[in-house]
Amino acid sequence: MTWGRENRWRVAVVLIGLAFTLFAPGVLQLFTIINLTTAIALAILALSLALIWGYGGILCFGQTAFFGIGAYAYTIAAINFGGSTWAVLVAVLAAAAFAAIIGYFVFYGRVSDVYMAVITLTVTLILYNLLRRTSGPEYKIGSALLGGFNGITSPPLNLPWAPYSMLFPQHVFYVAMIALIAAYVFSAWLVQTHFGRVSVAVRENELRAELLGYDIRFYKLALFTIGGALAGLGGIFFANGVGRVTPDMFNLYSSALAIIWVIVGGRGTLVGPVLGSFALFYLIGWLGTQNTVNINLVLGIILIIFVLVVPRGLLPTLVRWWDAGRDRRAMQRRELKLRRRRGTRAAEATHEG
Amino acid sequence: MRGEIVVETRNLSMHFGGVKAVDRVNFNLWENELRCLIGPNGAGKSTFFKCLTGQLTPTAGDVVIRDFTATGRQPHEVARLGVGIKTQVPSVFDGLSVEENVWLSARKWHNAARAKSLTRDTLERLQLGDIRGLQVGLLAHGQRQWVELGMVVAAEPWLVLLDEPAAGMTHEETERTAELIREINRTATMIVVEHDMQFIRMISSRVTVFHEGQILIEDTMDVITADPRVREVYLGHRHP
Repeated sequence: MTWGRENRWRVAVVLIGLAFTLFAPGVLQLFTIINLTTAIALAILALSLALIWGYGGILCFGQTAFFGIGAYAYTIAAINFGGSTWAVLVAVLAAAAFAAIIGYFVFYGRVSDVYMAVITLTVTLILYNLLRRTSGPEYKIGSALLGGFNGITSPPLNLPWAPYSMLFPQHVFYVAMIALIAAYVFSAWLVQTHFGRVSVAVRENELRAELLGYDIRFYKLALFTIGGALAGLGGIFFANGVGRVTPDMFNLYSSALAIIWVIVGGRGTLVGPVLGSFALFYLIGWLGTQNTVNINLVLGIILIIFVLVVPRGLLPTLVRWWDAGRDRRAMQRRELKLRRRRGTRAAEATHEG
Repeated sequence: MRGEIVVETRNLSMHFGGVKAVDRVNFNLWENELRCLIGPNGAGKSTFFKCLTGQLTPTAGDVVIRDFTATGRQPHEVARLGVGIKTQVPSVFDGLSVEENVWLSARKWHNAARAKSLTRDTLERLQLGDIRGLQVGLLAHGQRQWVELGMVVAAEPWLVLLDEPAAGMTHEETERTAELIREINRTATMIVVEHDMQFIRMISSRVTVFHEGQILIEDTMDVITADPRVREVYLGHRHP
């Protein structure tokens, strides 16, 4: 059964993640660990898009809007509350609520898929331009100055209900890793539930899902809201990893990057886009230090190559090769056995003769 | 044998610009009936069907299913009344397995355990057991039609609406489909849109003939085939 195999695979992913969480801080330098926290934040964003686009078929070109709102909401709330305990909840809820509002108009208004992409992209660009214009002392929420182009310095996470026990960067790394693993386990569980299976069915054929009696608007809205909440969760760790939130979180480059992770990693898988986000994060970082080629050019080429040559994405293609290889090996074994048996039979025949 | 009227349309009209695809149709369907809708291409039977299932919102008039006014409702609201629908072009979940397709239908109405057993029974009943694991998109046209019928059956609807269930099937498949339709009719009221006269004879029911968006005649197959007007619209003897 495929279910059994998939679950074994999921357990393996979780174990690898846990092992990485335990051993990475001992092996890697502090700078790398802080950098990793940002990468993990982006991985959670990738996971949220993998869920709603890869499984739900909702092409959201502005998933970074929820990510950015989560980061801003966390920062503003943490400054105002003087601690991160409730700010974490506020961040996730703000991102989810924003997704729910947009989703409500798009899905209940029966806006088609293409416009969905356009609308979400526009929303994130509006936020980008809006926040860039908020420099000056008059733009503040509570005691948090929005800071325009420069953004806001984010307070680090603290122990729950202990605002003065702030976490060290490696502790933030642990929390981020555990959040990523938890988000993965949640998503993997979700896609197996009745709700998740109907969401996949809606992706496959909206009319048929409706004719079976499922209210597809509700399913899309719910999945989209969950995706928004996950993206908001990622935003919290981005604010912690980078140490500040800026309007750049909402720009076109970031929105496009999230789409590229999913395309490269593979739609219809959860792990693929997460790996895609890590790989591209480090590729971009490395290219940045080389200073020889334009990063956008490289990203463009990667995107084109994947769309043309590996349209399923990396992970599904690798799984396919592996399966094909296994089938071939099984066939060879069977043939060998057959030949051997035929050989003994022939030998017996000559013996009898 | 005539009981309650379960589907009724009152002056139902669907106009596309100047084209009157369905024009002031008054239609009644009684409980446990198996009704066929026939008519030449463009007679309006598929449009009429889409108005019944909520896929189109009629320009005027009403659709009443039992006591529920279904006019202009969403397809899922019509389906939730306990109506099983099969569309003209097979509408299935191509990327999913045969089993998953049927399960999604059964699970809408039943708890997990019952849905599982109902899926197994339905696959067996429609002889889809051997291909249960295959992706529906890879199947032949006839098999896809059967998967869709399987989804309809697995929901255990009391009213079944089928649009061209035998289209593109081989002779043998058509016979099996006719048999299945008679079987479904034992527990459900049915409307079947079909062109194939041979097929309608197999399921031997009352027939409503559509012509230019209106009901031309409504009777048994024998009367209908003998009617000169029906021959005229089918064979076009209007201008001798």
